[in-house]
Amino acid sequence: MSSPALASLPVAPPRRPLNLALWLPVTVIVLFVLAAVAAPLIAPYDPNAQNLLGRLKPPGTTSRAFHYWLGSDELGRDLLTRLIHGARVSLAVAFTAALLSGTVGVVLGMLAGYLRGWVEVLVMRVVDIFLSVPAILLAIITVAVLGPGLVNVIVVLALTRWPRYARVAYGQTLSIANTPYVRLATLMGAGPIRILFRHVLPNILGAVIVVATLEFGLMVLFEAGLSFLGLGVQPPTASWGSMLSTGRNYLGNAWWIATFPGMCLFTLVLAINMIGDALRDRFDPRLH
Amino acid sequence: MQGFLLRRLGQVLVTLFGVITLIFFVQRLTGDPTFLLVPETATQADIDALRHTLGLDRPLFVQYLSFLQQIAGFDLGQSVVQNVPVSTIIASRLPYTLQLAAGALTVACGLGIPVGIVLALYRQTAAARMLAGLVFAAQSMPTFWSGIMLIMLFAVTLGWLPPSSVGGFENLIMPSVALGLLSMATFARITRTAILDELTRDYVRSARARGATMGRLLTRHLARNASIPVITVAAIEISNLLAGAVIVETVFAWPGLGQVTVQSILARDFMVVQGVVLMGAFVTIALNLLADILYSAVDPRIRLDGVRR
Repeated sequence: MSSPALASLPVAPPRRPLNLALWLPVTVIVLFVLAAVAAPLIAPYDPNAQNLLGRLKPPGTTSRAFHYWLGSDELGRDLLTRLIHGARVSLAVAFTAALLSGTVGVVLGMLAGYLRGWVEVLVMRVVDIFLSVPAILLAIITVAVLGPGLVNVIVVLALTRWPRYARVAYGQTLSIANTPYVRLATLMGAGPIRILFRHVLPNILGAVIVVATLEFGLMVLFEAGLSFLGLGVQPPTASWGSMLSTGRNYLGNAWWIATFPGMCLFTLVLAINMIGDALRDRFDPRLH
Repeated sequence: MQGFLLRRLGQVLVTLFGVITLIFFVQRLTGDPTFLLVPETATQADIDALRHTLGLDRPLFVQYLSFLQQIAGFDLGQSVVQNVPVSTIIASRLPYTLQLAAGALTVACGLGIPVGIVLALYRQTAAARMLAGLVFAAQSMPTFWSGIMLIMLFAVTLGWLPPSSVGGFENLIMPSVALGLLSMATFARITRTAILDELTRDYVRSARARGATMGRLLTRHLARNASIPVITVAAIEISNLLAGAVIVETVFAWPGLGQVTVQSILARDFMVVQGVVLMGAFVTIALNLLADILYSAVDPRIRLDGVRR
């Protein structure tokens, strides 16, 4: 039996257990972002400083002015320094490309879903066509035309990766556009721009963020993959993909060159995918 | 059935047409594709001569029509660097890529489907949760890194397998595993979902009530029904494997289409790149169509007009 005095006390909401599946990857990503932003401050050396006497030194060796925590590469550059600067390239490319392709895709998808008619037919047909070419092949042919390089990789990814956003934005807009409040807003004289950005966009943002997270992970992999093939970020700029490609030539005598960039890449992408998974559960369990 | 097939074929034609148009525009992203086809040392006169030979000085619309006509006649053009038809180059490299894709598909299905079944049947156990974690991790593993790690372990350290290039069956193992691991995760996930979906059906409950063992239930009842989504995914995964081969072939110095594509980009042999990409797109479209048709062949409940009885 509870006393009346106790019953009137405010009840503390039940504490939700800390969601490790969300917070662990968030911590990992925050660490990578901090490393990328503060790269020149925390990296021990200059990423392009060579030390030809200290080539291919294993982790923990000291050569002249360098102490190689994670070993050195074929030009005696510090691997740890280059890993930290590589995070910069990876995250900057992935972030910019995801933002660009996301904006293009969401705007086109919303227009197709709201305006219907020929806009819908045109946009969704083009989406189908883009999605029927394997993404990596589309990226490769575009790089072949534009040429390799940091900026071109971003352009290529932005050009080739918008259709998935468009498809999700389109589907979500279709259902939102028919809700009473949107129709009411239309009756009250709101134009399409106002409807889309004030009423539709906030409602589809959840689904878009889920796609954006998964796409962000893919972008990191694509940049690394293109750089690995020699089609992405060009030397001497440090990129995990091109470091892996170098490491492939020294597997017998310098295992660390390929191992550590790969580990960074794997950890980052795994963390991003875990967040994507957790967000998908939270925002829309039916979205796949 | 026929109506559906016709409509679906019509869609395929539109998509094919669209893909060719897309490639035509990508070619012209920098304005003049002639520069993609000449070596860096070419003089202005060389460039002008080639532009005229290839008809690239004609109006854009005329070029587009002749490009369509060329592709419709299965002519992928001529490699400017090697001076042989692109189709010859593709034909000589395709068997290697197919071999690799077949190996990877074997790994992907052979591991993924049993793992998916285990994940579905024993989903409450700690072991299944760990397995699910591994599957999830495999999805985030870049193939070029897992490939390199495999080489380091099995070729460099243990010396069990040859590190790269083609030869016997043992050369195929590591590239197949590296390429197949990613699809393995997809197969495991789809199989798990498919089995879980079927497990809730009435026919499963009544079969169990009659005393059917789990093994009998799996082979006699679940296999056919749960295979429908798996088959659809398989068709799509094959095109992913072919595309993923581009990177894995570079890791293992495997002389397939992927390797020749990357080499052609670096050698500025654009026609070869374009040929491979067009072929990859055609294969993907064909496989998607195949998935749709197979879908109804496995499950007669699904009629091709999209109605599930």
